[in-house]
Amino acid sequence: MNQGEQVKVLGLWGSPFSKRVEMVLKLKGIPYEYIEEDVYGNKSPMLLKYNPIHKKVPVLVHNGRSIAESLVIVEYIEDTWKTSQTILPQDPYERAMARFWAKYVDEKVMVAIWKACWGPRSEREKETKEAYEGLKYLEKELGDKHFFGGETIGFVDIAADFIGYWLGIVQEASGVTIMTAEEFPNLQRWSKDFIDNNFVKEVLPPKHELAALFKAQFGSVTSD
Amino acid sequence: MADEVILLDFWPSMFGMRTRIALEEKNVKFDYREQDLWNKSPILLEMNPVHSKIPVLIHNGKPVCESLIQVEYIDEVWPGINPLLPSDPYQRAQAKFWGDYIDKKVYASARLTWGAKGEEQEAGKKELIEILKTLESELGDKIYFGGETFGYVDIALIGFYSWFGAYEKFGNFSIEAECPKLIAWGKRCVERESVAKSLPDSEKIIKFVPELKKHFGIE
Repeated sequence: MNQGEQVKVLGLWGSPFSKRVEMVLKLKGIPYEYIEEDVYGNKSPMLLKYNPIHKKVPVLVHNGRSIAESLVIVEYIEDTWKTSQTILPQDPYERAMARFWAKYVDEKVMVAIWKACWGPRSEREKETKEAYEGLKYLEKELGDKHFFGGETIGFVDIAADFIGYWLGIVQEASGVTIMTAEEFPNLQRWSKDFIDNNFVKEVLPPKHELAALFKAQFGSVTSD
Repeated sequence: MADEVILLDFWPSMFGMRTRIALEEKNVKFDYREQDLWNKSPILLEMNPVHSKIPVLIHNGKPVCESLIQVEYIDEVWPGINPLLPSDPYQRAQAKFWGDYIDKKVYASARLTWGAKGEEQEAGKKELIEILKTLESELGDKIYFGGETFGYVDIALIGFYSWFGAYEKFGNFSIEAECPKLIAWGKRCVERESVAKSLPDSEKIIKFVPELKKHFGIE
């Protein structure tokens, strides 16, 4: 492989954003060095150097040059390593649709779910409704397809990793249920297939550890 | 091949301006359709059911939503002229990073400069200046954000430039005093035909703000 040089990922073990990058690297068979960052505690000099603007993870460092923002990184990986496993379609219209739905997951659905579970109590009902509606749009967009990307995992599937894996654990820990098997049969079926994929499975954080993390976090916000 | 290109848009939208500029850069003829955002048309609701927002680009009957996604789409469909994104993957990633930064940061604080009062307004002004300074620092001594050629990041930001006069007037501050290089960049961009055709007059925006405030129920 031509591009087999230095690839580092600065990440956070429990973060769906961080995992997006690792999933794509695994799917494409690109070796990388993983560095866990103490983002909420002590940000390392390396993190501050490679992502001075946002000081967040994930950051990809390729031959000393850094890229930040998980979906930007995913597209960079796609552009840089031409492998048979592609994440985005070739057709410009299909690409625009994939980018649209990935953005929708990121900016609307995940945000609403977060606020529904963790936000101020006064807003939770409104956010739950928004999260539900957002998931309904995704349910419809997925339809009968195996994955959002069609027969194989694609850009939207990667973007929706939180829905595929984290959401179930968050719902259990918070007691807030937005996505049920009855109301979202397509997404339910998809999430099973998604997390069953060998490359995805390899990077997912252990369920019990995530559950413990969320329980601790939820435990601290029950008072409002 | 006869392309049918329709743009559902709203004249003061800094997001709509991006798509107008991209189409002009590519010399694509398009049917501009002004939308009433307080009385949304059936076509808008049909073509963007998820967000019901403008701009919506309809190419041969198929809608593309979200302005920066449209800019990239336009670049991919009409690659032969004025490339908007760099071909190098790293440069392209940097362009997208800054487009994302502009999208996430500018509008929220800018809006407070005309839409808020007192402390909230002051905080908005301060934050906007910080954000513009960060962008100015990224621009550096380059002609455009992409270097020698006008492109994606310039397109992402230039619509806001047409609103600077309004921010300054209603916020009672000077952006030029704080970010002279950015203002110089704005003036350079406006010299481009695609930008001149796509940006409304600053004065028109200033006149529009009170009307906008009424729509939002702000005093």
